Amino acid sequence: MNRTALCARTAVGLLLLLFLQPALAVIETYEFEQESLRERYGVLTAELRCPKCQNQNIADSNAPIAQDLRKQLYEQLHAGSSDEEIVEYMVSRYGEFVMYRPRLNQVTLVLWLAPVILLALALWVLLSSLRRRTGVDTPVSLTAAEQAKLDAIVADSGASNVATDDAATNSTATNNSGSNNATLKGTSND
Amino acid sequence: MGRLKLFLPLGLFIVLAGFLLRGLQLDPQAMPSALIDKPLPEFELTVLGGNGQRVTRQQVIGEVALFNVWATWCVSCRVEHPYLTQLAAEGVPIYGINYKDEDGAALQWLRELGDPYRLNIVDTEGSLGLDLGVFGAPETYIVDALGVIRYRHVGVVDARVWLEVLEPIVQQLRQEEES
Repeated sequence: MNRTALCARTAVGLLLLLFLQPALAVIETYEFEQESLRERYGVLTAELRCPKCQNQNIADSNAPIAQDLRKQLYEQLHAGSSDEEIVEYMVSRYGEFVMYRPRLNQVTLVLWLAPVILLALALWVLLSSLRRRTGVDTPVSLTAAEQAKLDAIVADSGASNVATDDAATNSTATNNSGSNNATLKGTSND
Repeated sequence: MGRLKLFLPLGLFIVLAGFLLRGLQLDPQAMPSALIDKPLPEFELTVLGGNGQRVTRQQVIGEVALFNVWATWCVSCRVEHPYLTQLAAEGVPIYGINYKDEDGAALQWLRELGDPYRLNIVDTEGSLGLDLGVFGAPETYIVDALGVIRYRHVGVVDARVWLEVLEPIVQQLRQEEES
């Protein structure tokens, strides 16, 4: 007795599932008279944004409003409206918001130009940092006092050159480059 | 100058944090209606419970009024219904747009919960809703005496929304009308 009741209940449950499944998955299908209309329908449903579910286009969304808009779109395509007319129809009702590709106007100018500006900025930073690394940058000029101090240091390290063999080779190397730089900067300074 | 550059990341962070903080206070669902300051769309539809009687735009304009988009399938509509009834009792003209609904269910709703509406425009197909840019129920529009849409509220109308947002606009429009 108990078992049959359980069986019956399971059967009813399964039946319910059977009925629910297609209802959840349904999305309307449209027949198109011409292939070109079908293509334009595809493009427009991808580019028009669902007003209710804000991060989906009307092709993806199954919100009632998206269904309505798809139906509108289908009817208008068959009535011979141009893409511009259809988009204008949608925008006049739901605002610029319905376009995933916003038009270029005063409000969206920053939006459209931002990538170009950011790219230019990034290139500028990259180039200037590369130039600095290769040392092509204009040399920093020293004041007279700094130059005198540098000369003194160079002369001083030159004097201590004879300390040990190891240290000698080492400091000669630095010494050489140092004095080279010093002369270079000295000339550019004059 | 060179040392100031070190503060650049901090500056960028503060600017970014500022934007994010502002973003927290914005309602991402809030959208300005494209029909603000545009005339209420033309329509010719039936009156709910009017035995096929037709209603057009000309019959519902002439004074500052609320247009409330509602349906029996809309849960939030049930929430705002008592407040609308109260507003109607206070003398605020409210027209209903019964959006994508069944007449029988809508009439029963009004019998059970009270009827705050001057009349209900039956919009079974959602055609008026589409022209209005409705994307869900409830939505409430303020239409002025000339039939121009002046405000749209998306969501439930309650005491707070009415007192803080809608009533000031209605008062202002009434003053405009008198002057």
